[in-house]
Amino acid sequence: MALLTKKDASLITDPLADNNPITIQVLGICSALAITAELKASVVMAVSVLFVLALGNVVISLMRNIIPSKIRIIVQLIVVATLVIIVDQVLKAFAYELSKTLSVFVGLIITNCIIMGRFEAFALGNGPWRSFLDGIGNALGYGVILVIVGFFRELLGSGTLFGYPVLGNPIEKTGLYSIGYENNGFMIIPPAALIVVGIIIWVQRSRNPALVEDH
Amino acid sequence: MLEHIELFFKSIFIDNMVFAVFLGMCSYLAVSKKVATAVGLGAAVIFVLAVTVPLNWLLDQYLLRDGALVWLGPEYTDYNLSFLSFILFIATIATMVQLVEIVVEKFSPSLYNSLGIFLPLIAVNCAILGGSLFMQSRDIQTLGLAFNYGVSSGIGWFLAILAIAAIREKIRYSNVPAPLRGLGITFIITGLMGIGFQSFGGMLTGGDEAAPVKEEQQVVNDKVSKIEKKELEKKDIEEKEISYNDTINN
Repeated sequence: MALLTKKDASLITDPLADNNPITIQVLGICSALAITAELKASVVMAVSVLFVLALGNVVISLMRNIIPSKIRIIVQLIVVATLVIIVDQVLKAFAYELSKTLSVFVGLIITNCIIMGRFEAFALGNGPWRSFLDGIGNALGYGVILVIVGFFRELLGSGTLFGYPVLGNPIEKTGLYSIGYENNGFMIIPPAALIVVGIIIWVQRSRNPALVEDH
Repeated sequence: MLEHIELFFKSIFIDNMVFAVFLGMCSYLAVSKKVATAVGLGAAVIFVLAVTVPLNWLLDQYLLRDGALVWLGPEYTDYNLSFLSFILFIATIATMVQLVEIVVEKFSPSLYNSLGIFLPLIAVNCAILGGSLFMQSRDIQTLGLAFNYGVSSGIGWFLAILAIAAIREKIRYSNVPAPLRGLGITFIITGLMGIGFQSFGGMLTGGDEAAPVKEEQQVVNDKVSKIEKKELEKKDIEEKEISYNDTINN
């Protein structure tokens, strides 16, 4: 990492594991779970959040000295809403079907706690370049969890990945299905996402006991 | 009247904000350690939803949706401002939350103190914006229904946070595996509660639906519809193959 100093690099790598926005900071769960039944939607959501968070962090960081602190939440909301409208319009123009699947959850990026949380905790106190890196890091940390959850839910629930069958054909009984394997319809319903995230938290904290909470 | 009752129970149980669409999870997880604070926040959410959903309904009806500006004159029929709905909805919500904050601070300082940082954060509670966006996408017809929708989805959220807070108060005395303590077990409990709430899915009322069929019959129906679905999928695959072959031949 010749391009980044060690301190800057840690802004990107920390949120990927030990300071993950979803499993440790408990931010941004709202819009994350409902769309993870398919891997494709998860990836699009992760990319959208990456765009909004990185740019929003830069904008807020540039304006940090001129925003009166009393109305900062409204200023932040307007910045995010503008960026989200851009994402929404781009999705509607180039991936209409997908934007139907995501429905209101694109709009809910506005109230995604990761975005407001990072604005408040980081962008208001740091320069644009560091805020940009922080935005990228946190959005990647968020995206990693989304993709992991989406991967398992789509693989176990529908036997596909990105819509392509990977376990064989359930109708013609090829691949795994020929020996009696069945898709687990449970993974498709919304509550399964919560349980998958719970298990991810379990695994992560078993590997790193320093993260364990005392009740 | 019947549609009001139907919407009311549907938004509380079937489309529950937390268990069906995961809205407002952040404050749901963060403020559910004590029943008393959970009740305060839940009440604030009901109130804010009851105010913002009808307000945003009016905005949507007379400003944003396709052809909504027609009341200004016939030349405005073609305007469709719905791409602005995010920014207008969130501005309404932020203003209303500020108002609620002032009122609560004035009349109940103890509640204000216990809610602390979370009252301003109601503005960024996904449940509030989600209420308005679902109101828009589900095409709610009248102002009364919009109010009803706001109140009942607020009540649904209230019930959810109350239940999880009560469970978390008790679970402190249980021997949870260390890595699961706190956040992990809360996620899993919420998931299990969500599965429980799925069973309300069959609770549809209203004269339009067919009378509930007996269980055996339903199973048969499900099987039939599954078979039909499979056949449809098969057809799709065949069509794809055909078109694929065509492209190869060409």
